[in-house]
Amino acid sequence: MDSVAQRLSAVGAGAALELRGVTRLFGALAALTDVTMTVRPGERRAVLGSNGAGKTTLFNCITGDFPPSSGTIRFFGEDVTHFPPYERIRRGLRRTYQISALFPGLSVQDNVYLACRGVSRGRFSFLRPGQSDALMHAADGLVQAVHLAAVKDQRVAELAHGQQRQLEIALALAGAPRFVLFDEPAAGLSPTERQELIEILTSLPAHIGYIIIEHDMDVALRVVESVTMMHNGRIFKEGLPQEIQSDPEVQELYLGGGHE
Amino acid sequence: MSVTHDARVQVRPATAQRPTARAWPDINNPAAWIVAVILLIMPLIANGFFLIEIFATTLILGTIALSLMLLAGYGGMVSLMQLTIAGFAAYMVAVFGVSGNANISLGWPWWLAVPMALALATMFGTLGGALAVRTEGIYTIMITLAIGAAFYYFTNQNWAIFNGHTGINTVSTPHFWGVNWRADIPFYYIVLAVAALCYFAVEYVSRAPFGMALQGVRDNPRRMAALGFNVNAHRVAAYAVASFIAGLAGVLQVWNYRQISPGSVSVGACIDVLIIAVVGGITRPIGPYIGALVFVLLRTFALDFLIKIGLDGNRFRLLIGLGFLAIVFWSSDGVIGLWQRWRQSQRPAASRPGGGRGHG
Repeated sequence: MDSVAQRLSAVGAGAALELRGVTRLFGALAALTDVTMTVRPGERRAVLGSNGAGKTTLFNCITGDFPPSSGTIRFFGEDVTHFPPYERIRRGLRRTYQISALFPGLSVQDNVYLACRGVSRGRFSFLRPGQSDALMHAADGLVQAVHLAAVKDQRVAELAHGQQRQLEIALALAGAPRFVLFDEPAAGLSPTERQELIEILTSLPAHIGYIIIEHDMDVALRVVESVTMMHNGRIFKEGLPQEIQSDPEVQELYLGGGHE
Repeated sequence: MSVTHDARVQVRPATAQRPTARAWPDINNPAAWIVAVILLIMPLIANGFFLIEIFATTLILGTIALSLMLLAGYGGMVSLMQLTIAGFAAYMVAVFGVSGNANISLGWPWWLAVPMALALATMFGTLGGALAVRTEGIYTIMITLAIGAAFYYFTNQNWAIFNGHTGINTVSTPHFWGVNWRADIPFYYIVLAVAALCYFAVEYVSRAPFGMALQGVRDNPRRMAALGFNVNAHRVAAYAVASFIAGLAGVLQVWNYRQISPGSVSVGACIDVLIIAVVGGITRPIGPYIGALVFVLLRTFALDFLIKIGLDGNRFRLLIGLGFLAIVFWSSDGVIGLWQRWRQSQRPAASRPGGGRGHG
């Protein structure tokens, strides 16, 4: 774990993400209750928990897709609790979706280009990008990074599932991300594709931290250095991967009594 | 990883359901050049009736429908107030310019009245859009229809500005450089120039960041927000652009008829614009013009045809309605969809081109 310590010391102190008492109600149902957590810059963390534990709701509160009912969310020290999603994204927050949320009518290249444009100036530009357009080059780079160069002119509706999952990741890495939320990026991937996903995640630049929701422990525990366990909308346990894995209560939850 | 393998076995669908961003339009397409040449030499081959009643009217209606195509095709927002915005611009030209109703018209020269009318129409459409973007789907249709209906009844009842149900008559048209620009041939060229400008502008913008973002908003607004886009601001901006285009067409319309009255902004006329756009096809900017040509030809000649077969000539709407039914039944992307499918069936399967390019 030397490399982890080096990486974290390189990106400095403070909190990338700081949640204080975040609660989200859907009517009378509390999807999240009093969640408090701090993630350092560059930290990579897994959020585990059974279905309905509140993992995706946690992401939706952090990005502003659904604002929290109460509590505060700070992103690199700034209170973003009441910011619309696009303001948070422009500050370096990114996310992927559990069910691919892409633009099926546009090509792979245009999907990534939109992601690059969304976090830079000129979103309303009426001028077409030229051959030397910097964002087009950035988009090319991202398309290659997720191994989609061979299909970059195809419409997204025509892509295979695994390719759509990779594009999902590319969209979240556009611009200058500082912190990324990955919502089950391995869902529906083949073993080889999972291996590729692990490579993409572990080769991200050191300063980019992330939270990953993942049911596949093999994937999750290989790409993170800390784990948060959620249950019924609350944080149940936090710790190092090996601690969580060997924790009897966690094993009880995952293997036995999790669905009572 | 199976990426390269997957790339080889991809099968493209025969037609694109939604407009896709494309390269510069039709430069290599001989059909487009032939149409352009025919339009340019039209005054040599058509008499005044065809020039104005058929072709200029088609281009004006097509431009109004083009503004709907921009909103519905690229933005996924069906607005029924595009004709209302055109009509508002037409009224403003009559109110600020010179007309037979001297007690209402302010008598400004056309080169002041027209920019004023365009600015006000754009503002009107943008405000309407700002209301409409708070809703989705059928509610957008209802709100814009309500705006259209409200404007129609308002013009009917307001005498101070809109002169009630008689409207404003003998609106003056531009004369300069010794040319009467409302004479058939000069007017045809003005209409053609404005329509071509709007057409190419929409085509161009579809591949610019603004247009691509608009298509992204259509496909997945939530993801657009998660990419850093202010989705509602984009939608309102699209209404602003569409309103300016509709306003341009409205100015041409009031010069064409030299009068404007509530009948021109009725709810039925609002819906005609939707029919024109859908019949032509809202996946491409050319669709509204094709739809407008079909509509104008039917409106003009169905009367004679119906009388000839022993029916009431006023039933031309019956023909349009049947045509509309047939189109939405067999081709959800209108006449251009039929054309595309026919083209594709003529071509050997192996040489079908990629979805996003050219006339494929």
